[in-house]
Amino acid sequence: MRQRNVHTSVARRVAGIAAAAALAVAVGAPGGTAGAGPARPAEVKIGIVTFLSGPAAAPFGIPARNAAEVLIDEINAGRAPAPYNQRGIAGVPIRVVYVDEAGGADRQVAEFRRLVLDERVDLVIGYISSADCLAVAPVAEELRALLVMFDCGTNQIFEERSYRYVFRTHGHQILDNVGAARYILRIKPEIASIAGINQNYAWGQDSWRDFRDSVRRLKPDVRVMGEHFPPLFGGEYSAQISALLGARPEVVHTSFWGGDLESFLIQQLPRRLYERSTLVLTTGDTVLPRLGRNMIPGVVVGARGPHGALAPNVPLNRWFREVYARRFNVRPVYPSYHMSQAIFGVKTAYERAQRQVGGWPTREQVIDAFRGITFDTPSGPIRMALGRGHQAIEPVAYGITSRFNTATGEYDLTRVVVFPAECVNPPEGMTSADWIAQGFPGARCP
Amino acid sequence: MTTIVADGLVFASWLFLVSAGLTLIYGVLRILNIAHGSLYALGAYAGASLVIVYSQREAWPYGTFFLLPLAAVVVGAVTGPVMERGVLRWMYGRDQVLQLLVTFALFLILEDAVKLIWGVSPYYAFQPYTLLGEIHLADVVYPGYSMLLVGVAACAAVGLWLFTSRSRLGRLVVAVIHDPEMSTAMGVNLPRVYVLTFSLGASLAALGGAFTAPMISVVPGIAVEVIVVAFAVVVIGGLGSLEGAVAGALLIGLVRSAAVHLFPALELFAIYLVMAAVLLVRPHGLFARPEARRI
Repeated sequence: MRQRNVHTSVARRVAGIAAAAALAVAVGAPGGTAGAGPARPAEVKIGIVTFLSGPAAAPFGIPARNAAEVLIDEINAGRAPAPYNQRGIAGVPIRVVYVDEAGGADRQVAEFRRLVLDERVDLVIGYISSADCLAVAPVAEELRALLVMFDCGTNQIFEERSYRYVFRTHGHQILDNVGAARYILRIKPEIASIAGINQNYAWGQDSWRDFRDSVRRLKPDVRVMGEHFPPLFGGEYSAQISALLGARPEVVHTSFWGGDLESFLIQQLPRRLYERSTLVLTTGDTVLPRLGRNMIPGVVVGARGPHGALAPNVPLNRWFREVYARRFNVRPVYPSYHMSQAIFGVKTAYERAQRQVGGWPTREQVIDAFRGITFDTPSGPIRMALGRGHQAIEPVAYGITSRFNTATGEYDLTRVVVFPAECVNPPEGMTSADWIAQGFPGARCP
Repeated sequence: MTTIVADGLVFASWLFLVSAGLTLIYGVLRILNIAHGSLYALGAYAGASLVIVYSQREAWPYGTFFLLPLAAVVVGAVTGPVMERGVLRWMYGRDQVLQLLVTFALFLILEDAVKLIWGVSPYYAFQPYTLLGEIHLADVVYPGYSMLLVGVAACAAVGLWLFTSRSRLGRLVVAVIHDPEMSTAMGVNLPRVYVLTFSLGASLAALGGAFTAPMISVVPGIAVEVIVVAFAVVVIGGLGSLEGAVAGALLIGLVRSAAVHLFPALELFAIYLVMAAVLLVRPHGLFARPEARRI
């Protein structure tokens, strides 16, 4: 008897739920209902991981953190220009927890778990170091936590694996060096020799290999006159500068960054390497505001995309430069632009998901909305075109330092060339190495 | 060939300046001071700050060359007694692992102190670097400053040699190196010798930093690379030996320079190749003192 009662009550409850569900579908089908997804939260909590100490803090980490600070304040206040003029994310304010990226990959994995499991952030925007990106990406997948990589360069992330919960809102390192190779051959079509001085770890080795192979693919008779790999943070380059002065290559390529780049520039100045060879600095934009008058004319400068001094003169960029400079008294450099891409990408994805579901979206819905989007940034439109919609491509720009501008405190850049995204990024489904080796199939260049 | 020797000498001078203090401190105090890299960084920051402040006054530009050793002396005089009397004197005769851990802790504390005082933004003090004109050797231009560096290292080496062989205090230091117990018995004021030696070693580290400052962008983290190469130099030369530091610096400097010019791919490897080769033949380094067996 008792058993039959239980059965009856279960059956009744199931019938009740079915009826309610049917009613919800019938009522909600045309536009969806606000009650279908999670409740609208009081805030969107974002963990932002960037170098706040160590040698990478001053050139990259701090400018990125500064960009996050000023952009999120402006967005929360509803002062950002269209299409980002809605307060916060779809009206919900953003709150940020900053984490220092220093300490190595193991520590970052632990910090990521803490952010997701203890701090309960809605997503993490982070990582300048490629080693940290490679270590944290599988953990994001395991925890089903949304991770937006904002600055790391390695092409391995989406070329060797695919992820559901991981996105990268800027182009990976291939565009720097393919762009540099195309640029140098455009301004000096007759060059016959190149050399490189790059830091002896993955970033330096990969950057030089991509540049050297791209130049030789585009102009096979170019000779390589020296490949130098001093240690990271070596600081003392007199022997390498002597060797480069002696070898007399027409072009010297370097992907040095931060203190190493500045030390190299200071040390070659009285020895006039820059007069004997054209220097190509793939991350040169970061040192322009800091070196000011001590920069040199005639140097090819890149910004790992159309960022910093090479960013387009569009309203969103003018606004970004102005709010950033007003607060920090210096213009933003490329890591600041990369951070802006991550923030605007996240805001676009959330708000698109919200429009699609007609209520506050779940994480899975945000991810579905994020995949393959195109969104506007201070560097121009960014398209999530590779890695099945998880990896952005973007154009790259290069220019030459010409004349010191007392108004800006920097050298003006001339002969600026912007290579479109489809010209400097491999097509979907092809690795960077294969793309260069096969002579850039599918590249669309002006 | 000329450029290989010139580059080798310039690098060897830098190596000697950053490692002489380390070997001196080990020789007397028997402590392998990991915080030596931080003293170098303090010297670089202090030197850069003085040069920047001085250069803003549009004074006699060559005055900056006197500020660099001044910075080194100030850093040595301030940090030496504080570190030696405040921390290290409790460590004499203790387990070497403990000594290493304590100096590593000092290194971490000083790294943070540098960031607290000077922040994380880089400092440029390149004014002295371009003042001394240039020298043409073979087909290559060298800044006069590089030759100054060689001169400073040579002066430091000769000065240290004169100090240890000619001055009374220097002879006391040598006596302590050879036999601390007997020296004490003969009336040597051991604590005083210790604090003076540590301060002198700290000043040498800071001198290396101060004279490097005009060539680099002075940023947090410069201490780490220095400590690694300084250890390589003193291990090759024999811990505690000044002649060894000279020989180790010259050997590494020349081999590394040859590698950069002839086999650039081996550059990073060169230092460790030299170290391995020397230690295979002489496990205690080139100029290691024979240890007297005590009965």
